[in-house]
Amino acid sequence: MDYINAFWVGGLVCALVQILLDRTKMMPGRVMVLLVVTGCILGFVHIFKPLQDFAGAGISVPLLGFGNTLWKGVKEAVDKEGFIGIFMGGFTASAVGISAALIFGYLASLVFEPKMKK
Amino acid sequence: MSMDKEKGAKDVPIGLGLGLAMNEKAMKHYSEETGGGSMNQTKGAQSISFGERPYLMSSGSVVGKKESEGPLGNKFDIASDDDLFGEDTWEAAEGTMQKLACMLALKKAGEQAENVRYLFGGDLLRQGVATSMGVEELQIPMFGLFGACSTSGEALALASMTVAAGYGDRILAVTSSHFASAEKEFRFPLGYANQRPASSSWTVTGSGAFLVGNQKSSVCISGVTIGKIVDYGLKDSQNMGACMAPAACDTIIRNLEDFGRKESDYDRIITGDLGYVGQSILFDLVRKKGKDIKENHMDCGMMIFDQKTQNTNAGGSGCGCAASTLSAHILPKLISGEWKRVLFVPTGALMSTVSYNEGESVPGIAHAIVLEHC
Repeated sequence: MDYINAFWVGGLVCALVQILLDRTKMMPGRVMVLLVVTGCILGFVHIFKPLQDFAGAGISVPLLGFGNTLWKGVKEAVDKEGFIGIFMGGFTASAVGISAALIFGYLASLVFEPKMKK
Repeated sequence: MSMDKEKGAKDVPIGLGLGLAMNEKAMKHYSEETGGGSMNQTKGAQSISFGERPYLMSSGSVVGKKESEGPLGNKFDIASDDDLFGEDTWEAAEGTMQKLACMLALKKAGEQAENVRYLFGGDLLRQGVATSMGVEELQIPMFGLFGACSTSGEALALASMTVAAGYGDRILAVTSSHFASAEKEFRFPLGYANQRPASSSWTVTGSGAFLVGNQKSSVCISGVTIGKIVDYGLKDSQNMGACMAPAACDTIIRNLEDFGRKESDYDRIITGDLGYVGQSILFDLVRKKGKDIKENHMDCGMMIFDQKTQNTNAGGSGCGCAASTLSAHILPKLISGEWKRVLFVPTGALMSTVSYNEGESVPGIAHAIVLEHC
């Protein structure tokens, strides 16, 4: 059941975003930022947690999860460090994801040649 | 070739050779001064009608894999399976295409690079770097141009003006575009793997080179109409056909008025890369001006790819689209005489990556070249 819920919720998020790409003039970068910001807001209004309990990776993988991670990081840092935590928490919490993207991206560029789009 | 000429000149007694050369020069000078009309070759507001028509002596076309699989696939001179053309980067690959196209055009005319007086060339990349890298080896004095996808028209216009004015007997006009380098420059690097909207066009991986000169061939350039910037305020760089259609309309109408011609005086009016979206806009705009070009209009961007099977959305685009189609598809029909007179109108969207990111609209331009069978 976990798999099914992850599948249809994740699919629903992707389908909504696909409509944005097809029907509006929003560039892909803007759509991605929209997802991240939405994830932050969902975390802030305490909706993200129950959604994740229900759909698991279906909600955390499509960038909404990254927004929620940012929100969580800032919240924890503010609780611990006070005002300065606003500037600290987001990067601390997302460091693993960002570094992984950079390092694996670099490694992939060493191994693979550029290819044309079909 | 130059070696042969020198040899030939040496065989002739020096006095006689010089005398002949002077006579020819004097006669040419005489005819230019007295031959009415050849002094002032301007026509209407924006056009030139050449008194002594420059000839399109030869051309060369080079394309990548996807273009070779399209409807014009077997007509190109070189179709490479390797879109990198043996290079390490897309930019260097584009330069190599230009070099190959230039060498093809020279070879077909039996000319050497050192006999070419000047070269007019350009591409879509920053500072026209594909042209600079590509033509370096040819060692021809060169002018770098930027006219976006209208560059083939700009280069041909300048080349034919140079020949007609007597500033050179052999001039090369060359341009290129490469899908991967253009995506990187104007949209996103291919590694980003973004989705392409339906109104976007597919940049042609291709290059076309043209040798313009005063030696008779089957195709001449009888006139040109240089376009103005036309900007309707559209800001969508993914829908360039719509941005360029007003410029194409402006230049076509201007050409017809300047030369006092009807649209049916041209066997074909062929735009560069308006695509499916741009073509319908062009038809509407031209109709508002009281003309109708539906019957004889063609668009290189619609000819070069099969929209149904090749996933190219609005059609082909890029400098290489109009240039390679002109060389491989249009010129053969003019040479055979199937078409007697064609108006070739490559269109350009002149935005920069900076102006686009600053939210500026996309300025359009189009140049018209009158090509005639002769």
